[in-house]
Amino acid sequence: MKYMLMIYQDEKARKTATKEQMGEMMGAYTAYTKAMREAGAFTAGDPLQGSNTATTVRMVGGKTKVLNGPYAETKEQLGGYYVIDVPDLDAALSWAARCPGANGGIMEVRPLLSY
Amino acid sequence: MNKPQEPDQAARRAAEQTARQSYGKLLAFLAARTRDLAAAEDALAEAFAAALASWPAQGIPRSPEAWLLSVARRRMIDAMRRRQTGDAAIDQLLLQAEENQVRDTASGGIPDDRLRLMFVCAHPAIDPAARAALMLQTVLGLDAGSIASAFLVAPASMAQRLVRAKRKIRLAGIPFRVPEPDELPDRLEAVLDAIYAVFAEGWSDPAGADVQSRGLIEEAIWLGRLLASLLPAEPEALGLLALMLHAEARHAARRDAAGGYVPLLEQPPERWDGPMVEEAEALLHRAGALGRVGRYQLEAAVQSVHSARRHTGRTNWTAIVDLYDALLARTGSAVVAINRAVALAERDGPAAGLAALAAIDGLPQLAQYQPYWAARAALLARDRQIEAADKAYERAIGMERDPAVRQFLMQRRTRLKQPAPLRAADNP
Repeated sequence: MKYMLMIYQDEKARKTATKEQMGEMMGAYTAYTKAMREAGAFTAGDPLQGSNTATTVRMVGGKTKVLNGPYAETKEQLGGYYVIDVPDLDAALSWAARCPGANGGIMEVRPLLSY
Repeated sequence: MNKPQEPDQAARRAAEQTARQSYGKLLAFLAARTRDLAAAEDALAEAFAAALASWPAQGIPRSPEAWLLSVARRRMIDAMRRRQTGDAAIDQLLLQAEENQVRDTASGGIPDDRLRLMFVCAHPAIDPAARAALMLQTVLGLDAGSIASAFLVAPASMAQRLVRAKRKIRLAGIPFRVPEPDELPDRLEAVLDAIYAVFAEGWSDPAGADVQSRGLIEEAIWLGRLLASLLPAEPEALGLLALMLHAEARHAARRDAAGGYVPLLEQPPERWDGPMVEEAEALLHRAGALGRVGRYQLEAAVQSVHSARRHTGRTNWTAIVDLYDALLARTGSAVVAINRAVALAERDGPAAGLAALAAIDGLPQLAQYQPYWAARAALLARDRQIEAADKAYERAIGMERDPAVRQFLMQRRTRLKQPAPLRAADNP
């Protein structure tokens, strides 16, 4: 089954991180992604730019409305995602638990709806 | 063939007996690969209906379980075809059927996947409020309506809760498996908690206190026995069963001849169920030998100390306080703190109990917790704080569900106005 792992994080932490901390984080994610690939679980995954780069688009009364900023102004913002292919939820949860983003952030695990 | 005059009854009895013994086993087996409990339930219900239609005429099959399973499996495949679910799923089911036939003939029976099913029902991804009910429905085959009334929940909301839980199992891909040793303790705790929730609900139900109808208690003990037999080397599974049996052994003694409530300390031990106490003791002993202490073993040990009054004629309150100390250190639970305060009062007097209770007084979750007010009222009464005791009794009475206990509390409240100290006989 395919699952999306969504990484929610407090963006302030990213902004205030030192260069060493950032380097450490990058190394952790590289190792994590590599482990996923080696296990044959990795399907896709990318980090996202900060939510200050986000723009929302919606149709209101037949008119397109474009607004600056993310959909929800919450403290934790979506900062990246993985799509993995694993046998079941327990396997997906164990990958989510190993993600560097789980430390201090929140991982949301959702099955993809497949046809 | 059965006696020709009543093949219907014989068939019905055979179907009912198979349902009782094998429902969970058949359902677990049918749902284990597809993870679709709702579809498996539908197929199994159709198989039972088919049995009632066919067994009276054809005779009861040599293996009713195998008969039901093969009909249910065919129904499940048909239903999948109708819904046009992916061919892959059907292939998987057919493959499974063949594979299982091999296993069937090898082991002479249907493999028991009920333990996996129990771990699915108490999976951390399932709403905790749905776990106990889901277990009753899937392992025991109880219908949503009776589960709802037992848990004092509107039938519609219970049905919805169960449907949602089953949908989550299927869509989120919760696996039917027994957790690995490193995650087993945590996951097992959730299973034990769900079974104990069934028991506790039965225990606090006034109808359950009536010796005639004690549905949930019996079902909880049944689940506890099943779990203990499937995990004989898990001390906490044995501990939970011991705890439930100890409590259940005193079921009848909770009522006097007139139907009035009799608190534990006033129960004559000869009214306890001796063989059940012995069984509980043996289980606890076995659990202890495994060398891993846990919450349910400690709670069972408290009950074991109470039961020892059968032989010694007294209650060892020091041992009970020690056990509650260990429980409190482990759980930090306010409920344990209340029980500990009561035990402390028995050992060192009501003032000591009240002092211990002061540590948790004012916790918001206790405002609506009846046992807290009942315990507090009793301690205040013994400490002759009449006015405070009167107020506490009023709150305890107002929140009690069991009419017999309510009446007992009202009598105690009336006695507050009498000058003699309470329970003088208990404190020589």
